[in-house]
Amino acid sequence: MHDRRHVPGFAVVATLAAVCLQAACSDNPPPEFPEPMLEPTVIEDPPEIVAFAPAPETAPPPPAPAPPVLTPDEEIASRSLEELNRSLLLEPVFFVLDSADLDERGRQVVEANAEMLARFPTWNVTIEGHCDERGTPEYNLALGERRAVAAQRYLLQLGLDDARVRTVSYGKEFPFDPGHDEAAWAANRRAHFVITQK
Amino acid sequence: MARIALRPTDGSKVRRPDGGRRGLTAGRHALWGWGVLAAALALPASPPLPAFIAAAAEPMQPDSVRLTIGDSIGTQPSIAVPDCLPLSPDETARSAGRTIAEVLWDDLDFEREFRMIPRDVYRTIPVAGSLIDLPFGRWREIGADGVVSCTVEVLGNGRFEVTARLFSVRTGESAFGVLYPGSPPNPRLVAHQLADELHRHQRGLQGVARTRLAFVSDRDSESVFGLVENRPVKEIYIADYDGANPRRVTVSRSLNTNPAWASDGRSIGYTSWLSGFPDVVVSHIFEGRMAKPVEGDSRRQNFLPAFSPDGRRIAFNSNRDDNNDIYVANVDGTGVQRLTNHPAIDTSPTWSPNGQQIAFTSDRTGAPQIYVIGADGTGLRRLTYESYCDRPTWSPPPFNEIAYSSQTSVGGHDIKVLDLATNEVRQLTFGLGSNESPSYSPNGRHIAFMSTRSGSKQIYTIGRDGRGLRRVTSTGNNEMPSWSR
Repeated sequence: MHDRRHVPGFAVVATLAAVCLQAACSDNPPPEFPEPMLEPTVIEDPPEIVAFAPAPETAPPPPAPAPPVLTPDEEIASRSLEELNRSLLLEPVFFVLDSADLDERGRQVVEANAEMLARFPTWNVTIEGHCDERGTPEYNLALGERRAVAAQRYLLQLGLDDARVRTVSYGKEFPFDPGHDEAAWAANRRAHFVITQK
Repeated sequence: MARIALRPTDGSKVRRPDGGRRGLTAGRHALWGWGVLAAALALPASPPLPAFIAAAAEPMQPDSVRLTIGDSIGTQPSIAVPDCLPLSPDETARSAGRTIAEVLWDDLDFEREFRMIPRDVYRTIPVAGSLIDLPFGRWREIGADGVVSCTVEVLGNGRFEVTARLFSVRTGESAFGVLYPGSPPNPRLVAHQLADELHRHQRGLQGVARTRLAFVSDRDSESVFGLVENRPVKEIYIADYDGANPRRVTVSRSLNTNPAWASDGRSIGYTSWLSGFPDVVVSHIFEGRMAKPVEGDSRRQNFLPAFSPDGRRIAFNSNRDDNNDIYVANVDGTGVQRLTNHPAIDTSPTWSPNGQQIAFTSDRTGAPQIYVIGADGTGLRRLTYESYCDRPTWSPPPFNEIAYSSQTSVGGHDIKVLDLATNEVRQLTFGLGSNESPSYSPNGRHIAFMSTRSGSKQIYTIGRDGRGLRRVTSTGNNEMPSWSR
């Protein structure tokens, strides 16, 4: 807003300069261009202007940009990446101890995620592999990688474009549940889907 | 009491590191009994740290005139380390003298070559006014075979001059002596160097007092940026072998794991998620330079680097051929070779001391176990038959053994050592918390590891015989130690 308001000034300067050049006013001292050749620096508007302005653009709360008109998909598409990832539209796949095999439930989750990714073909995802704290950190890096790859391979089998999915293992370094019991361990053995681009 | 293998020495002169030869100032320094010429600061060929003493020369003292403090019945000689005598009347000298004595005591105690008499025992024995009037009678009373007597003088530029000698309490003779002119104002470093030289001279032992540990820590309580979850940043740190002087190496605001020192102690390789996927990164810590020798991408991820003992090659784990296998490359990243080729997970490589073999973890039979393979890819052999083994770490010579972590309860691991000559397994820790990620000291006598026994992840050191447990860290969580060579 501010920038735009100052652009004309800048344009005038530029125009004058151009005119000057065209007019070959190249007498000995080349005309000294005023400083603002870069970004016009933002100058605070005097408060009076704001006060007197009827504030046309802010005053009428824009007639609620038609919330009911959005389809569910449009609503989802309108969310930010962070909102999308927070709402877990792509569910995680859980694993049993020391395993990277997708069970029946795991396959269903990947299938649901594949459908979601088909509905939103611009989304790219990274599948994170995670492990519970009971293994060693070194082996768990590989186990987490294998879990992420297991989910990725099934996604690709279901027809997802190879370019849309990446994998990364975090081993046991970033547990979702900080607890030290069966429930926490079960929650932490997962392939976790993160939308990285929408 | 002390048995002295005494041969006469040529007395009262001290050789300065600069090569100048002059007598010590009478009255301030003792005049007699220098068993050893001073300040032969035998630094390793490529020192882990810049040498802090100007010149380094080979030891001047021939072995034939070495005097060692011993004990009549063949047990460890007992040693006392009272505060160093301050030669300048200021608090700086007094405090440095106390620190040097404390740290030296700890360093000597660490190797367990001497029976260290607790410093409280001789709190009441006055620091001698000069080295000539050492109260040997008092030291004999408390059963000391040897006493370390040192002086500290503050020089004009904030540096110290430190002298130290080991006296035989029974004969009053000096078995060992050093002079550090112009040491930097770091009493801990002076004590570490003194300990290493004393161990070498008296016991023929390569000490580790000047070595360092690299490790992973979340101590700065930062979070990975831009995530839905709150994930703690884990960065690489280094500290002295005793945990003092910690310094942060990486500032990636990301995840970094499994540091591994290069054999020259000048760079550290580790796994970094800086680019969003795991890749091998090498920090050249004295040059402020970072390298990614085996340059990964999201489809060719690299983990767990290990430098060969000659420093020329790097073994690592990679999924570049769609499976977790062990690879070897030159340190500059050229000549990448696939060492294992099995659909199972192969990971956690470690080099044998001669660089001819690599031990690693594989789950090709189900649970992870330790295997060994020639660095040329031949001669695969399985080493462990337990429920779950990982993170093999091959000892340096003269030992030939592999430390590893072994699952001993549900989710609990202990440190074990496999002697490759006898195939016998020693267990070093016993079920207190989980004990993981062992790493050998350069002299092979100690192992650093992570334990959860205190309730958080902390680094401990323990002797290869399972004795002498010490806690090294306490701030935040600290794990995955690597001991500098």
